[in-house]
Amino acid sequence: MLENWISISMKPFQNVKSIVTPLDRVNVDTDQIIPKQFLKLVQKSGFGKFLFFNWRYDENENVKSDFILNDSKYNGSKILVTGDNFGCGSSREHAVWALDDYGFSVIISSSFADIFFSNCFKNGILPISLELKMVERLLHETNPIEIDLQNQLIKTTSENIPFEINSHKKKILLDGLDDIEQTFQYEDKISEFEEKSTVPSVL
Amino acid sequence: MGKTLFEKIWESHVVVEKQNEPTLIYIDRHLVHEVTSPQAFEGLRMNNRKVRRPDLTIATMDHNVPTSNRSLPILDQTSAVQIKTLKNNCKDFGIKLFDIDSPNQGIVHVIGPQLGITLPGSTIVCGDSHTSTHGAFGALALGIGTSEVEHVLASQTLWLEKPKTFEVRVEGKRSNPHAVTAKDIILSIIKNIGTAGGTGTVIEYRGEGITDLSMDQRMTICNMSIEGGARAGLIAPDDKTFDYLRDREYTPKNYESLVDSWKKTLTTDSDAIFDKTFTLDINDIAPQVSWGTNPGMTCDVDESIPSPDEFSNGDANQKRGAEKALEYMALKSGTMIEDIMIDRVFIGSCTNARLEDLIEASKIVKGKKVASNINAMVVPGSQMVKRQAEEMGLDKIFIDANFEWREAGCSMCLGMNPDILLPGERCASTSNRNFEGRQGTGGRTHLVSPVMAAAAAIYGHFVDVRKLDFN
Repeated sequence: MLENWISISMKPFQNVKSIVTPLDRVNVDTDQIIPKQFLKLVQKSGFGKFLFFNWRYDENENVKSDFILNDSKYNGSKILVTGDNFGCGSSREHAVWALDDYGFSVIISSSFADIFFSNCFKNGILPISLELKMVERLLHETNPIEIDLQNQLIKTTSENIPFEINSHKKKILLDGLDDIEQTFQYEDKISEFEEKSTVPSVL
Repeated sequence: MGKTLFEKIWESHVVVEKQNEPTLIYIDRHLVHEVTSPQAFEGLRMNNRKVRRPDLTIATMDHNVPTSNRSLPILDQTSAVQIKTLKNNCKDFGIKLFDIDSPNQGIVHVIGPQLGITLPGSTIVCGDSHTSTHGAFGALALGIGTSEVEHVLASQTLWLEKPKTFEVRVEGKRSNPHAVTAKDIILSIIKNIGTAGGTGTVIEYRGEGITDLSMDQRMTICNMSIEGGARAGLIAPDDKTFDYLRDREYTPKNYESLVDSWKKTLTTDSDAIFDKTFTLDINDIAPQVSWGTNPGMTCDVDESIPSPDEFSNGDANQKRGAEKALEYMALKSGTMIEDIMIDRVFIGSCTNARLEDLIEASKIVKGKKVASNINAMVVPGSQMVKRQAEEMGLDKIFIDANFEWREAGCSMCLGMNPDILLPGERCASTSNRNFEGRQGTGGRTHLVSPVMAAAAAIYGHFVDVRKLDFN
């Protein structure tokens, strides 16, 4: 029966080539990525216009010219390069939906918060962890760079920087696999576990 | 080699395990709220899937419910839609909902334990990072994103990479347990390990400084594990834990036999080895006040705000972070914490809105008045907490002092409902995050304990509660 279910899969991850948007800040929390007033929508789309809202706009919703995303030279950039502990705080997946909807498909940082990192893979976004000195170099990279997930390389005009990624997570991104559909293949194991579980129902 | 408590819970929930791949873990309890679930239910519908175990799933509305008069319609249309959506989803998928008018409504992390739904040794998830709260009962409790909410709804399982183990020991016995609270302990821990110090780990809090704490206080500790970056926080269950959960509305019928088995299994073996350890002496901990824009930017109440150089210890990025934080907070290095004047006081949130928090705060407030320029509010963590507090007359103490006494919800912890700071307002808050704009765009948050917040309301500025009488 399960194989007849229609599965809505993620789009497979394709190589990306673009200039980088350097967001040179540490500890960027998900409240900054998507402020709370935009969490009330009941769909996944349309969050891009609210990305970094309080940094992009002032109290009267005028554009703040000193914020990096408001610099037109970064228009169309698909790669965000940023500081340590990116995506900390709230578990809101709206942060990833906003980055995706805005046009980012790769986030490069020296470290990520756990829940944000996990949320990225569920939405076809590639988070890349690099050594701090590499991140600092990329923050100043003005030429387009290419992200080659298959070969795990960041290709700049002057060098190829290798990056690590768990092979399972890589496959999920490259194939655009639907997590739930994968899990249903273990239906017998889940049922088996339930039969021996001693934790009582809530109701 | 022995095993840690975390490893024991993990191993007892493995459904599928493979080399170099995530492990499929069974989930015993799934808590659902209105903000992070609509897209998950929609995903189920689009794929013609159902909720696998509605009997292991409960829902409530807490994030954007109004805390004022509940008999009036919700004015914010988008909030109203989100609340109605949860109601419809629970009806369509057969999930037990504690609705806005239920006597059991409240912040999801307050009601789970109060209703006996949270159980030692179980796995608990919720689309909310403060799910770590339930770890106070020796449960492995994880905050997850909406895609994972959908995954758990559909399969009652989650693919997880096994976290590392992190022992945080708090040694010693408090000489002043009213003034130095669980909030001060956890803020001190985060100040020391940093906001990413626990990334990739499950923290187990151990030592006399932890076992000494009541269950309400232990929940405050575990609640803020995520603020130290940890995947979850755990405290081994003991008689306090088992007593707390006995005879609750949803306590399992075979509870005593469960307790017997938990007593045998839910401990860290004496020869278990943690991946890392951090130790703190409880007598080095003073009441804490955050001065910056993340919970690691915190100092003792009798100190002055550090300079970005002192704070950053030579790390240029952290230094710039501290400079930006001081600019946002409109504060200067060298200012004594006790000289910071405030505009608002919020006693509430899943961190500090349980009965004991309100009892302790009321001792400071009793017979006094809130400073004339300050707007102060108490938002109980659940309708049950509210009723219990009212039975003790705490509402009267707060109202007589000119605090507002509200209905239960997340309220101004994150300002998704009408309870928000105005731009520039400075708030002493018992919540968990002092991020920019967290409590309202342009608002400035100082994280403190309930007694520190209560004292700030009375005096108009921060006060070292060690100098005050607790009657």
